Amino acid sequence: MLTHTLSGIGSVAGEGGFQTPGVEAFWWPLIGEGAMAFTRPALVLLLSVGMIAWFFAGTARLSVVPTKRQFMVEGVYNFVRNTIGRDIIGSKDFIQFLPLLLTLFSLILLNNVFGILPFIQYPTMSRLGVPLVLTLIVYIVYHTVAIRRKHGVLPYLKSLVPPGLPGWLKPILFVLEFLTYFLIRPLTLALRLMGNMLAGHLMLLVFILGGEYLLLHGENLFLNFSGILAFGFSIGMSFFELLIEFLQAFIFTLLAALYISDAVSEHH
Amino acid sequence: MIPTSVVAADEVGFPSGFPLLPHPVEMIVGLIAFAIMYWLFKSKVVPRMEALYAERTAAIEGGMEQAEQAQAQAQAALQQYEAQLHEARTEANAIREEARAEGASIVTEMREKAQAEANRITESASRQIEAERQQAVVSLRSEVGTLSTTLAGRIVGESLEDEVRQKGIVDRFLAELESGAVRPEKVGASATVGDSSAAEQAGADGSTLGAEGSAGRDS
Repeated sequence: MLTHTLSGIGSVAGEGGFQTPGVEAFWWPLIGEGAMAFTRPALVLLLSVGMIAWFFAGTARLSVVPTKRQFMVEGVYNFVRNTIGRDIIGSKDFIQFLPLLLTLFSLILLNNVFGILPFIQYPTMSRLGVPLVLTLIVYIVYHTVAIRRKHGVLPYLKSLVPPGLPGWLKPILFVLEFLTYFLIRPLTLALRLMGNMLAGHLMLLVFILGGEYLLLHGENLFLNFSGILAFGFSIGMSFFELLIEFLQAFIFTLLAALYISDAVSEHH
Repeated sequence: MIPTSVVAADEVGFPSGFPLLPHPVEMIVGLIAFAIMYWLFKSKVVPRMEALYAERTAAIEGGMEQAEQAQAQAQAALQQYEAQLHEARTEANAIREEARAEGASIVTEMREKAQAEANRITESASRQIEAERQQAVVSLRSEVGTLSTTLAGRIVGESLEDEVRQKGIVDRFLAELESGAVRPEKVGASATVGDSSAAEQAGADGSTLGAEGSAGRDS
């Protein structure tokens, strides 16, 4: 079905009537132009901050026996605290990193869900700038913690190579590990999130816009029917997107916790 | 949405760097958003939630402890009540025994007291009777003297009114009577009829008196 629909788009596009939505669709300045423009994702990001603050404002009046709303807040909090924080970093150190993990998880999750939330429908994390900032913070945190825990930069660099290796293997492994810690980890962390959100949203765009074009401008009944199919498929994809959005928020926070736990541990 | 962005893509130079060129304003806003959220979680949410969890743990543990304490208290109270009940029962038994003993002693005492009272009454009655008898004897003695002197005076014809004589005769006669010198004799058996009859009468009177006295004593 997918190939069929795509070929349908291709045939339509071939006539010059339909423009396939690309990554330019994500560029949406509100005030100003170019690099200094205040864009829609920036606004959505600030909106998400307000919504998360509102969600957690219930913690101002907590009770030992939770209300319905407090139960929800506790659910989110406990998920990050226990499943991500305590289980990965360990019960000894996790509490000091809990605000960081909570910030990452709640910001990424809500901004991802914004991708399919009606009237907003913009995944903020599909703009590289935002995940890059978050990754940069995680990067600084886990290196700082590691240097502090391993008592200096040199012991930290030394600890990158696991002990008990033959001498000739050590430099090779050091280069590999160094690249992993200082380049690959942050890049993958930021690009994984950004790529997933961009691709997912782009796919929805293609299906919905293509379907619309097929339905309204299709030359025959078969193409019109294909447009309806594309719509149906986009609805299914939206639910799939919801799963991806949650998963990506979870993975980003989980990996951040993993890197921190790596830094906190005494040995490599 | 699409027309705008498509137009923008045509116009501005920036989007040509998509998607791998990070937008500076978005990065700044991202930093601000992160800072706000981090501050919120660090200073408000996490301390509050951790305090809540500590409180909840304390409440659960405290509740369990309290329940245990309450159970122990109930157990202690039960034991105390049982002990008190036992004590009360023992005390009741003791009181009953005591009351019984006291009742018995009271009965004995009352009986003794009644006996003593009866004895006292009997004694006083007999004493009174004795006194009355004495009085009767004394009064009879004088009266019998008077009567007999009058009688003798009438018989003899001689006035025995003279007090000195009268007294001397009567006393002598009575003294004789008491010492047994005068014997009651049958009337008309001898010359001393008058004397003996008088003596007999006096003795009969005395016996009657004695009978009355004993009857009084009996009642």
